[in-house]
Amino acid sequence: MISSYLDDGLTIRSWLTTTDHKRIAILYAIAITAFFFVGGAAATIIRLELATPQGDLVSHDAYNKLFTAHGVIMVWLFLIPSIPSVLGNFLLPLMIGAKDLAFPRLNLASWYLYVAGGLVTLEALFLGGVDTGWTFYTPYSTMFSNTYVVLTLTGVFITGFSSILTGLNFIVTIHTLRAKAMGWFKLPLFAWGMYATSLILMLATPVLAITVLLVIAERLFQIGIFDPAFGGDPLLFQHLFWFYSHPAVYVMILPAMGVVSEIIPCFARRPIFGYRSMAYAIMTIASVGFLVWGHHMFVSGQSLTASMVFSLLSFIVAIPSAIKVFNWTATLYKGSIRFDAPMLYALGFVGLFTIGGLTGLFLASLALDVHLTDTYFVVAHFHYIMVGGAVMAYFAGLHFWWPKVTGRLYPEVWSRIAAVIVFIGFNLTFFPQFLLGIEGMPRRYHSYPPQFQVLNLFSSAGAGVLAIGYLMPLVYLAWSIRHGARAGDNPWAAKGLEWQTRSPPPTDNFDTPPTVPDTVYDYAADEPDPTPEAAR
Amino acid sequence: MAAHTDAALSTGFHFLTAAASKQAGRTDAILVAMVLLCGAVAFVLLVLVVFFAVRYRRGNQVDRTPPRELRGIEIAWTIAPLLVFFGIFGWAARDFVTMADPPADALPVTVVAKQWMWKLQHRNGRREINELHVPRGEPVMLTMTSEDVIHSFFIPAFRIKQDVLPGRYTRLWFTATQLGDFPLFCSEYCGSEHSQMIGRVVVMTPADYGRWLASGPAEPSTAQYGFALFRQLGCSGCHDARSTVHAPLLDGIYGRATHLLDGRTVVADANYLRDSILVPGKDVVAGFEPVMPSYAGQVSEEDIQALVSYLQSTSKRDSP
Repeated sequence: MISSYLDDGLTIRSWLTTTDHKRIAILYAIAITAFFFVGGAAATIIRLELATPQGDLVSHDAYNKLFTAHGVIMVWLFLIPSIPSVLGNFLLPLMIGAKDLAFPRLNLASWYLYVAGGLVTLEALFLGGVDTGWTFYTPYSTMFSNTYVVLTLTGVFITGFSSILTGLNFIVTIHTLRAKAMGWFKLPLFAWGMYATSLILMLATPVLAITVLLVIAERLFQIGIFDPAFGGDPLLFQHLFWFYSHPAVYVMILPAMGVVSEIIPCFARRPIFGYRSMAYAIMTIASVGFLVWGHHMFVSGQSLTASMVFSLLSFIVAIPSAIKVFNWTATLYKGSIRFDAPMLYALGFVGLFTIGGLTGLFLASLALDVHLTDTYFVVAHFHYIMVGGAVMAYFAGLHFWWPKVTGRLYPEVWSRIAAVIVFIGFNLTFFPQFLLGIEGMPRRYHSYPPQFQVLNLFSSAGAGVLAIGYLMPLVYLAWSIRHGARAGDNPWAAKGLEWQTRSPPPTDNFDTPPTVPDTVYDYAADEPDPTPEAAR
Repeated sequence: MAAHTDAALSTGFHFLTAAASKQAGRTDAILVAMVLLCGAVAFVLLVLVVFFAVRYRRGNQVDRTPPRELRGIEIAWTIAPLLVFFGIFGWAARDFVTMADPPADALPVTVVAKQWMWKLQHRNGRREINELHVPRGEPVMLTMTSEDVIHSFFIPAFRIKQDVLPGRYTRLWFTATQLGDFPLFCSEYCGSEHSQMIGRVVVMTPADYGRWLASGPAEPSTAQYGFALFRQLGCSGCHDARSTVHAPLLDGIYGRATHLLDGRTVVADANYLRDSILVPGKDVVAGFEPVMPSYAGQVSEEDIQALVSYLQSTSKRDSP
């Protein structure tokens, strides 16, 4: 008898031809994990190089290729697909009471596009790499770099179609496949996050695709688009690139906000504070987020008026983010709080995202940005958002839904230790970089003046701690697949529809149609204590 | 490179390198205000999270009566930050406007960036590479362009930076307030030796600066060199009152509003003059035929800057 989606076909072929959203999520998880550790290896060498002021570990060209590889892999092959393609794929149909996504075969095709794009990108890296930075600024990328720019961009281009098709699939699924009683304002915030992210993926990624083609065209055929030597405009590239890449930051963070909004109510046993304002905040961030790209260009030479408008809008887009942080905090009030690993990661997210958001205000302030932009302050800021925010939330979600995905529990003590190590290692790595930026250390420096060494040493030491924190879950989660205790259907006594089915779920998701509760996040602090032990 | 004596270059930790320009103090004021404000917000949130986490931990016997929905507090924590944000925006924007508006009497220095060095030239023709000597207390304005990719001219001690683009001029101005050597970095990634594209800014007393400026090899000033080019390249053959060719007169053109053939009116700034030399068909002056050939490929960035400098000098009474 087939007991779950995991047993429904045991051959490699059955996995590679599956159209089950849960199996495709697993395929994504495997690929994404591999890319995460490749990108992490590049980061490790970067931090080792920066432990000393002299560029003595690798050559400057190798260093430039390493930070480019780190950025390209982490942004396009890990962060953007991570939560949507792994957790979103697995959970979205379950959360809304559907059997699968709207287009299951398109979903499988998206995975193949992602892997194809990823392999093309990796091929470029192994052939000799690319040294433009993940931002591919022109005319360096089009006319000056002697590296594998076109091949890398081809990989990014292909991966983009995976993003577009996944976004399309999620939007249609949320519109058409919700259980009968599930109105828009009964959607879990994770689903809202997926919806907003999918809109951005569909609207912004085509602009990246066009931009990439223009770069390739100028590089191959010397068509004057971006290089002034042929009559082009180098700032045009920056406008096009950031029109995609700033919303892409929200592609990373909106799903993360969704994950955390599922976890905090469950472990605080309280309905999320201000559910509707949370949903509106997500949609506001997604829309206003399209109008702030120029804040990357305050010293680029763009007009004074443009800079003023982009600065003001950047402050405004911070308001919905602030509301979310206040609401998460208020959800804890009068709760009954447990500190399991998912909750530790989620609380870590709130803290790190807050710091990332607040330092964003420094960079939105025009005169201050003139000093801080293109320094390590920016590096620290976006790592607080992308790693402290998105990656922490990805780990939070991984630990929260792991029992649902695998039917197994992981060792609780180890998972809590890992969460604390990640938190400490992260801060040790990236907090000193704020100070480096304030002192004026520019980004992307292979060697640097000796006055910056002390802080760089802290940062490099922190990276070592962080690496341990990231390797631990790899070990104990893998271990738990065979040896972990049976999880039961709902070890956290969580209220989402995905917890009404078996763990791991059957191929068609639900044996009996799930019942949609009258209100979403129907938690109460005075319920009898539902511990995982009780659920076992 | 000369031995660095400035405190900013000693090994060790400083929250901020010493502020050494007029703008630096103003930028630091915003920075300190932001650190205090954001630090306070982060601290209050941390205290709340820790307090709630301890007080409402599972198993602790406390009152958990669910609170009522509080619409008021939601509105309050939406409006309050918005008002504060508007304030910060205005403060930082005001300084930004100042930074974009150089005083008319600023000392002109031209900068040409290339992979991987800074080439600078003072008004009297004295050239430097990767070093910039400036007088304390006098505004200095850099007119910058790049021969290849985008670079960025960054002086941390002055809290200023500006990208340097190929194909156009960007400008940056400052008034140094402290004597000493200050690091100069390229802060826009520009290829292999990006991290080697560094130099220093030397701030001297005006008297020392005057001696330094005069001590270099005797060279024509940028405007004189530009005038020589103006004749040598044949510009004067058309742009001259005695010329038989119908071309605009260029005396005093710099800074003047110019009406164009297509109805636009532009101020003839350095970028306009540069484009008119290289892409003459782009902004044709009203009443003239677009007959001028392009000089692209025949003049270096330094030549163009000299020509602009000459044209600029015809607009000023006190020069060259």
